[in-house]
Amino acid sequence: MKYVIIGNSAAGIGAVEGIRQVDGKGEITLISNEPYHTYSRPLISYLLLGKVTEEKMKYRSDDFYEKNKVRFLHATATGVDAKEKQVVLDGGERIPFDKLLVATGSSAFVPPFEGLDSVKDKFTFMCLDDAQNLDKALGKDKRVLIIGAGLIGLKCAEGILKKVANITVIDLAPRILSSILNDEGAGIVQRHLERKGIKFRPSCGVKSFNGNTAVLDDDEKIGFDILVLAVGVRPNTALLNGIAKIERGIVVNEKSETSAPDIYAAGDCTQTVDVSSGQNKIMALLPNAYMQGESAGFSMAGSEKSFAKAIPMNAIGFFGLHVITAGNYTGDVYSKTAGNDYKRLFYSDNKLNGYILIGDVEKAGIYTSLIRERTPLDKIDFALVCEKPGLMAFTKEERAAKLS
Amino acid sequence: MAVNFLYPDYEVARNYDRCISCRACERQCANKVHEYIEDLNKMVCDDAKCVDCHRCVSLCPTRALKIIESGNTYKKNLNWTGKTINELYRQASSGGVLLSSMGNPEDYPVYFDKILINASQVTNPSIDPLREPMETKVFLGTKPEDIERDEKGRIINNLPPQISLSMPVMFSAMSYGSISYNAHESLARAAEKLGILYNTGEGGLHEDFYRYGKNTIVQVASGRFGVHPEYLNSGVAIEIKMGQGAKPGIGGHLPGAKISVDVSRTRMIPEGSDAISPAPHHDIYSIEDLRQLVFSLKEATDYKKPVIVKIAAVHNVAAIASGIARSGADIIAIDGFRGGTGAAPTRMRDHVGIPIELALAGVDKRLRDEGIRGNVSLVVGGSIRSSADIVKAVALGADCVYIATAALLALGCHLCRSCQGGKCNWGIATQVPELVKRLNPEIGYKRLVNLMTAWQHEIKEMMGGMGINSIESLRGNRLMLRGVGLNEKELEILGIKHAGE
Amino acid sequence: MKRVYVNEKWCLGCHLCEYQCAFAGTNGKDMARSLKNIKINPKIKIEEKDGVSFAVSCRHCHEPLCVKGCITGAFSVSGGVITIDHNRCVSCYTCILSCPYGAISPSDDGAVQKCELCVKTIKGTPACVEGCPNGAIVFEERG
Repeated sequence: MKYVIIGNSAAGIGAVEGIRQVDGKGEITLISNEPYHTYSRPLISYLLLGKVTEEKMKYRSDDFYEKNKVRFLHATATGVDAKEKQVVLDGGERIPFDKLLVATGSSAFVPPFEGLDSVKDKFTFMCLDDAQNLDKALGKDKRVLIIGAGLIGLKCAEGILKKVANITVIDLAPRILSSILNDEGAGIVQRHLERKGIKFRPSCGVKSFNGNTAVLDDDEKIGFDILVLAVGVRPNTALLNGIAKIERGIVVNEKSETSAPDIYAAGDCTQTVDVSSGQNKIMALLPNAYMQGESAGFSMAGSEKSFAKAIPMNAIGFFGLHVITAGNYTGDVYSKTAGNDYKRLFYSDNKLNGYILIGDVEKAGIYTSLIRERTPLDKIDFALVCEKPGLMAFTKEERAAKLS
Repeated sequence: MAVNFLYPDYEVARNYDRCISCRACERQCANKVHEYIEDLNKMVCDDAKCVDCHRCVSLCPTRALKIIESGNTYKKNLNWTGKTINELYRQASSGGVLLSSMGNPEDYPVYFDKILINASQVTNPSIDPLREPMETKVFLGTKPEDIERDEKGRIINNLPPQISLSMPVMFSAMSYGSISYNAHESLARAAEKLGILYNTGEGGLHEDFYRYGKNTIVQVASGRFGVHPEYLNSGVAIEIKMGQGAKPGIGGHLPGAKISVDVSRTRMIPEGSDAISPAPHHDIYSIEDLRQLVFSLKEATDYKKPVIVKIAAVHNVAAIASGIARSGADIIAIDGFRGGTGAAPTRMRDHVGIPIELALAGVDKRLRDEGIRGNVSLVVGGSIRSSADIVKAVALGADCVYIATAALLALGCHLCRSCQGGKCNWGIATQVPELVKRLNPEIGYKRLVNLMTAWQHEIKEMMGGMGINSIESLRGNRLMLRGVGLNEKELEILGIKHAGE
Repeated sequence: MKRVYVNEKWCLGCHLCEYQCAFAGTNGKDMARSLKNIKINPKIKIEEKDGVSFAVSCRHCHEPLCVKGCITGAFSVSGGVITIDHNRCVSCYTCILSCPYGAISPSDDGAVQKCELCVKTIKGTPACVEGCPNGAIVFEERG
């Protein structure tokens, strides 16, 4: 059996580990367009922060490929020949496969800003090269403008704050972290970041750039030395154009099969069902990517491991303030705010839909599990679990089952 | 509030260098002695509430605690002792009868400690129990006088029902109510594992424990609590409780507070009502009356189960035993004045009854003199503290012993003698669920099995030393005993010679 | 493999498991010295309410969400035992978000912590099991 995996991040690694749990012998070829040992992309901000080194960024140990008998190929896949079952590389070489996994991830989306070409020091913030390039440009006298107050933009801000003169973050949305926080929660995090020295311009777009100046929607001009573009990401689906069904991302089922035979996809390039809302979504999250990749690995090796309980979820922290969120924010709301701790639970139809925790995030996984398992809330002590997440909220029998 | 004349009996000595304020002592003390003071991150104590049960001492992970007897004394007086004065103050303040529990702790002679065991030297060589078989098995019940044969000369089985025990020990009566469900379960499981018996006491038998029937003695006492045909038939023997060593001549009183739902079901009385066992059985005023009850119970159980009559060791115990041996009873159990209790009036416990050693010797002699020793087996209890006590009791004439205090000690009892309060910190003498759960029968029954296994080894060692390989050969073998520091009268009653003779 | 199992029927809520756990973590010889004036941060924690109490620690799941979700690869499984490489953890708390038992918590050294069955400290029977006075925590092989 010849397995080919395109992508060297969480989903690709998950697939290797998935395959090897079933098939110890088949040939695995892993194609990566980066020359590095597999590393954790979310750690690039920690690298700039100095909290990790490149060595510590490694997602798996040095002997990972050897131990799992993986042929590592540094190349860019430019196409897939579904008929001949071959992957075409940028050098023209063709790699035959019996089973193919597309785990190509996503790329930074750069809107066609007017005058963007005139900006000299502009960066996206997705991969190790981005981080290294950005790092070289940083300096104590540099003013940084970050477009996009999402997870990437803000983690970047945290990572470089100590190394630059100042940072301004602007975003079209009226609040920061708009995809994972409500107004109140975003306010708490924003004030925290402001206290650390980051400036924000919410509800604000850039009309154009002119060298080191950005012209905002209201014609105000902001000078900067370094521009970071963190507007959003787009799934890398091009390889399967015309081969498999693609909507917002590559469409896959629970077994990570695409619509094309023997071709699988996993990770940020796919869209899957969010069980908290029932909607099809791109949930570009590392845990999901790994588990989906592992599921794909099982499927490719002829076994099965369903990946059916995906929900959007995020654990993120800025300068010691932790934020954990999951699911969607519809339905009735349980609120609790105590000091610096903020909690909102969203529920309807006897199910927990989502939650936001800021500050005190102890035992957040209990809530995540309630969402993921679609636990009927009348079967647990919901009032108690709202107050304090724990196994105490479950019935004695349920607890015994969980702990035995 | 009137002045409380009483100074705390104990002081809790906390080594603050070792205390890490983990609060285990606070959480484990049902008497609320310990308290955590958050501001100070410090544990403090109210010594007056301490009953010296050692729960905190045992659980303290840093060994920061010890309990010491209060150093304060009244002006020295060998007549009016501190204890006497305290009891007087207590009664002057309450107007009530003093209550106590467990066995008589006072300074009366312990005859077992004045008796020594023989061993073989040179002649009649001793036996190594690790190399040679050593029998500790005993059978309790009436033994037939004659061998009967049919016309063809075949032996007729005329053996009345017998109890078979792997060693001459049984757990004596402790009711469900006076002790906890978990204590009962521990005893029942240990009895099953060991091949011996435990005793329901007078509180009936919890439905969960019917499965230990083969190792159960069911008791019928003056209150008749929990007695019904199924109950009588569930065990291997029935015990009629006439008296108890800790409180001869009086009945029992389990306060309503201890009659939980489960206890009320088992005893067949309303929840929360006091369970009062009358002092006498109101249908027994003579040996003839007793005989009626003995045979009623045999009738109810198809003559398949031996009947035990349990009495307290009192002044004329030998004559009473003689009567019982003629009543149809198969076994007589005698409870000495050191026997334990869940609650008894202090004066009864401490001043009524006689030592079991003397009672046993007297009863055994009397029955032999009257030629009726084979009518009954003799079981003695009332502070059997070790395997040596058992060997001495058997040599004085007992077939078997009853142990209870020793069993409770194995389960964790620290003899604080506060059972009557119902807040046993060891989960034994309590019905409070949070306290009951402290005794895990899985641990408890193993400790009982350990204790009995150890004692059995020791019994075999001592038997081997005497050159005896069967416990039956030791029974009544008073030549194996010698007294030390006993007067002529005591030696005469015990039927033993003085050491050196 | 042997795991730690708890039985709330026998849990007394004495919290000694927490102290034994914290003590094991110090590698000290004397608990009094190791834990004096220290607010412990154990890896096993008691939940208690209305007379019910039980200890919760890592279940060492067959399908461990913490391991799979870890963004740095700091979690690993060896012989069924899930351990954390504190050097590689960046305290992103994705594991805290993931663990359905609430068994992972921040440690005092900047990483996260959870029960590792004492494989890094005392080895052998875990401290909580040894220290439980009532057999409410056991270390045994179950199906």
